[in-house]
Amino acid sequence: MAKMHITTTINGEPTEFLCDPQQSMLDVLRDNLGLTGSKEGCGSGDCGACSITLDGRLVCACLMLAPEAEGKKIETVEGIAKGDQLHPLQKKFVEFAALQCGICTPGVLVAAKALLEKNNNPTETEVRFWLAGNLCRCTGYDKIIRAVMDVAADMRGAAR
Amino acid sequence: MSTGKYKWIGTRVDRPDGADKVTGRARFGADFNMPGQLIGRVLRSPHAHAIIKSVDTSAAEKLPGVKAVVTAKDLPEQPNVIVPAGEMQVNLRDITRNILAREKVLFEGHPIAAVAATTDAIAKQAVELIKVEYEVLPHVIDVTEAMKPGAPVLHDHLITEGVKPAPTKASNIAKRMDNTKGDFEAGLKQAEIVVEREYTTQAVHQGYIEPHATLASAAEDGQVQLWSTTQGHFQVRGFVSRLLGIETSQIRVTPSEIGGGFGGKTVVYLEPIAVRLSQKSGKPVKMVMTREEVFRASGPAPGGTVRVKLGAKKDGTIVAAECEIALQAGAFPGSPLGPACWTSFACYDIPNIKVVGFDVVSNRPKVAAYRAPGAPISAWGVESTLDVLALELGMDPIDLRLKNAAKKGTKTSYGPTFDTIGFVETLEAVKKSAHYKTPPKPGYARGVAAGFWFNVGADSSAASHVAEDGTVTVISGNPDIGGSRASLALMAAEELGVDYSKVRPIIADTSSIGFNFVTGGSRVTFATGLAVVNSVRDMIRELKVRAAKTWGVDPDAVIWEDGVAKPAGSNVGEFEPLTLSQLAATAGKTGGPINGHAQLNAQGAGPGFGVHVVDLKVDRDTGCVHIDRYTAAQDVGTAIHPSYVEGQIQGGAVQGIGWALNEEYIYNAKGRLDNAGFLDYRMPVASDLPMIDALVVEVPNPHHPYGVRGVGEVPIVPPLAAVGNAVARSINIRMTDLPLSPPRLSAAIDAATPKMAAE
Amino acid sequence: MNDVRYSAPNSLDEASKAMMAAGGAGRILAGGTDLLVQMRSGMQKPGVIVDIKKIDEMMSIQDLGGGSFRIGAAVSGALIGEHKALKKAWPGVVEAINLIGSKQIQGRASAGGNLCNASPAADSGPALVAAGAMLTIHGPNGRREIPVEKLHSGPGRTTLAPGEILVSFTLPARPKGSSDAYLRLIPRTEMDIAVVGVGVNLTISGGKCTAARVGLGAVAPTVLLVEDAGKALVGSSLDDAALEKAAAACRAACKPINDKRGTIEYRTKIAGVLLKRSAAIAIERAKGN
Repeated sequence: MAKMHITTTINGEPTEFLCDPQQSMLDVLRDNLGLTGSKEGCGSGDCGACSITLDGRLVCACLMLAPEAEGKKIETVEGIAKGDQLHPLQKKFVEFAALQCGICTPGVLVAAKALLEKNNNPTETEVRFWLAGNLCRCTGYDKIIRAVMDVAADMRGAAR
Repeated sequence: MSTGKYKWIGTRVDRPDGADKVTGRARFGADFNMPGQLIGRVLRSPHAHAIIKSVDTSAAEKLPGVKAVVTAKDLPEQPNVIVPAGEMQVNLRDITRNILAREKVLFEGHPIAAVAATTDAIAKQAVELIKVEYEVLPHVIDVTEAMKPGAPVLHDHLITEGVKPAPTKASNIAKRMDNTKGDFEAGLKQAEIVVEREYTTQAVHQGYIEPHATLASAAEDGQVQLWSTTQGHFQVRGFVSRLLGIETSQIRVTPSEIGGGFGGKTVVYLEPIAVRLSQKSGKPVKMVMTREEVFRASGPAPGGTVRVKLGAKKDGTIVAAECEIALQAGAFPGSPLGPACWTSFACYDIPNIKVVGFDVVSNRPKVAAYRAPGAPISAWGVESTLDVLALELGMDPIDLRLKNAAKKGTKTSYGPTFDTIGFVETLEAVKKSAHYKTPPKPGYARGVAAGFWFNVGADSSAASHVAEDGTVTVISGNPDIGGSRASLALMAAEELGVDYSKVRPIIADTSSIGFNFVTGGSRVTFATGLAVVNSVRDMIRELKVRAAKTWGVDPDAVIWEDGVAKPAGSNVGEFEPLTLSQLAATAGKTGGPINGHAQLNAQGAGPGFGVHVVDLKVDRDTGCVHIDRYTAAQDVGTAIHPSYVEGQIQGGAVQGIGWALNEEYIYNAKGRLDNAGFLDYRMPVASDLPMIDALVVEVPNPHHPYGVRGVGEVPIVPPLAAVGNAVARSINIRMTDLPLSPPRLSAAIDAATPKMAAE
Repeated sequence: MNDVRYSAPNSLDEASKAMMAAGGAGRILAGGTDLLVQMRSGMQKPGVIVDIKKIDEMMSIQDLGGGSFRIGAAVSGALIGEHKALKKAWPGVVEAINLIGSKQIQGRASAGGNLCNASPAADSGPALVAAGAMLTIHGPNGRREIPVEKLHSGPGRTTLAPGEILVSFTLPARPKGSSDAYLRLIPRTEMDIAVVGVGVNLTISGGKCTAARVGLGAVAPTVLLVEDAGKALVGSSLDDAALEKAAAACRAACKPINDKRGTIEYRTKIAGVLLKRSAAIAIERAKGN
């Protein structure tokens, strides 16, 4: 099978990879590039554990073909912290115990970051609907929602 | 919450594995790889029930890239004996057949063969090349149907246990279980009011987001290494050892981080297959289930039927209680029938109790433990019927429960007499809560229900090491499924009197620490916590010896306080206290490394009780339920890390809400699962829910140094009936069949008001 | 192993040619939120995947004036939701498209893909049928236009000929006093497939309904245009009696099945309930326009 050569940018790094034409972006991230932070919970876009952004847009990596990455910018959970500094969402999730097992956490963080970049003053309802595509079976969502709302409040405070 | 009694216990510290888990660094089951690894895939039955006439793997074996194929012939036959498996019991003869079918396939998704190939694509193609000849048999899915005479019989050898005289004919009823207290019939005669209802529940899945995954590497010298996502790596080792005939010490299992389990990862599916494929191919083999495979072939919790009869005095005193339960075991015997029976009336002090249970096989995947296994099903029946009684008596549902609440000295129907428990305190906390004192919003109705779980002790091992600089490593052997590293480190820091940040908790593989029973039954913080505390105490004993040596005094003359060794009194002599780091620095001169160890079979687990309150509204036109407010109160003993205690309560409550409202296994006429995915197996999403108020009640367990009871199981027990009771009070219809999905609620509303029906 | 090829042509002619060359083995990739799931389950085994997101016409939204818009078939739901003028003019169409899946799905899924996947439960269907959307189709023999309700021939089947590609859909100009709404019933609040979906598009003038179209989804093999429901509303003052008549027409139009998502009785009943509720929203909106 002829492999395709793809040139893209992942977490700010120019990246090249070879892939099968029908390979998903998730498989390439995890299997070809060793970026196993994005998780596969379902492979059908129903759980959100593989959430990434594609040119700034929140998507499921399991529902994206790897060749579609050509010339695009991809951000994954591995790109959220800057150097040795955790992102405020990452800090708050640990502080608020917004994770238990942690398998959904990478996807939730990517999704929450995408929300706050668009809207730093979401209502609880807006956060809940934005994160409806990220299944969490451990927390009942309570502490996740509180953490996101609290980071949003911090962001607004800092912006003032 | 914190009484000020402790320095670390009761604080909300950052978990030790926090940074790893928010950066993607933490390695879960599917994140492990080895050079040269093969990918394993499983061929599964499309039929619910069929005889396997032949399996031809020759075409698959010839496919380039295929390195090994296994069928049941590659696993040794097993004796008909029962061994403990996680929170349940399994029969070895059955489990080897569950892993790879032999004579028959017994459910859709039943594994028949597996291949290992150089790529996933080749492995999938090879699976399609395996030819299986089936003789399809009639199947049975439903418990009630499976119990009827004339139902298709799954196992020709299955004679109902627990019935005298023993039946002569095989049936699908594997077991009958009876437990009684007092005389139910006599008690019923004293009753002034009797209520009775029958209920059903459907099978539900634990719904962990991480599918089962394993990586096996069998070396030519017979040593085996496994990386696996599991709640019990010692159980994985035990099963692989028995099922493949490998000496236990030859197998080393390293647990990955685990992406949820809830009881569903206490058994093995892939591991023995992966090891066998690795043995045959001489290469490491990685296997990961798809979500569809998880639904079709890993153990859900059973569905079942429950009949409850209560007799009471007009003042609400319950004088007689009966519960009859039949649970789906799945394809092989062994539902959580015992806990379902024993927990049924455990919340209440009732003089006359009769409980009968049936364990029933049908053509479904073999059930596995799910958070308080069995208890939510009987509680759905009992707590709903209590609500019927409360309504008929015109009594407040909390008052009815307070009137009959179990307390210290109450004898249970299953034997033990309760020591200090906190059910009354929990009921009273709810009664005093802002939620309960405020009436539901207009249009909303309130439901209340209670729940019980034993909590579990069992085997744990732990070790504590002082490093050269005086920092501490605490080693235990239970996968951290929801923050247990933090709880263990907090207890160790408290015991040792050092800063939490100086204690590093580690979860060791099966070869690096002594045996540990599974992470389950709400046992880790209690039992492994006890082992950790004891190992630290053992280390402190050694620290005192070293201080004594340094000072030239008797070890008994040294005390350990606030993280330092001190003379026990002024008569010992004037010595500056010795810190951990000072003692560590001189350890080489005082006897070498300073370590502590502990191993135990923890007794005295403290039972937990929960009381939940929900305000909800039913859209009468659509049957859709909207939850406005939810409070979950629970006696947790002592909250070691309050945030994770609340998290357990919140998560359990939401799983129960899902069970109540929408989750169910849906089978079609061919006995195939129709909703094997997260799209149509509807677990709650964030937008379905309000905040869940966790009301933590602390009545310490007298049998644990810090009063720990265990938290995780109880919160899934009350929600089914709490939601059902609120629905009943909202629409004035007692719903008895779960889930309370919109079509079902709508049909019930229409049946009660015929004019509203369509047309 | 089947040898799959991926191509991302820049023009419709190239795309159409690639599809023709692939015979029956060509599949169009827009957002991929259905195609990748189907490939993974083995339901689809394409030989050629034609990614049409590099074709400008399929990726743009044009404001044609007077409330008319032409929307590229591959434009993602998220982009449609962010188009303020479109959202103001066609709130029902936009809310229907924005109900397709999670925020993650919205980042990729397109209304064109949602339509071409031809599920009778697709959320875009009833709203676009109610809107009277016209589809532009590009094929080997040039272009043609069809009303949206003519696209589906059954569950998973369309009337597109080999090599034909859905390019865009056009929402018509509407007089003042018009608006639309879409409601669906799902057991949860998100992440479900519609058990029933109802789109209502109407115009009010002088207190009377002068035009009305009703689209109904998930109750028959294809999305339905319920003409009797529209007729029941037109000429009325949109009073309860007219709404009940329209609801009855919706119930009468249902030819549903029993499946894991709902029963015949339930779907039929809900079609009426949702007609009334979505009409109420559309009326409220129309009064404000």
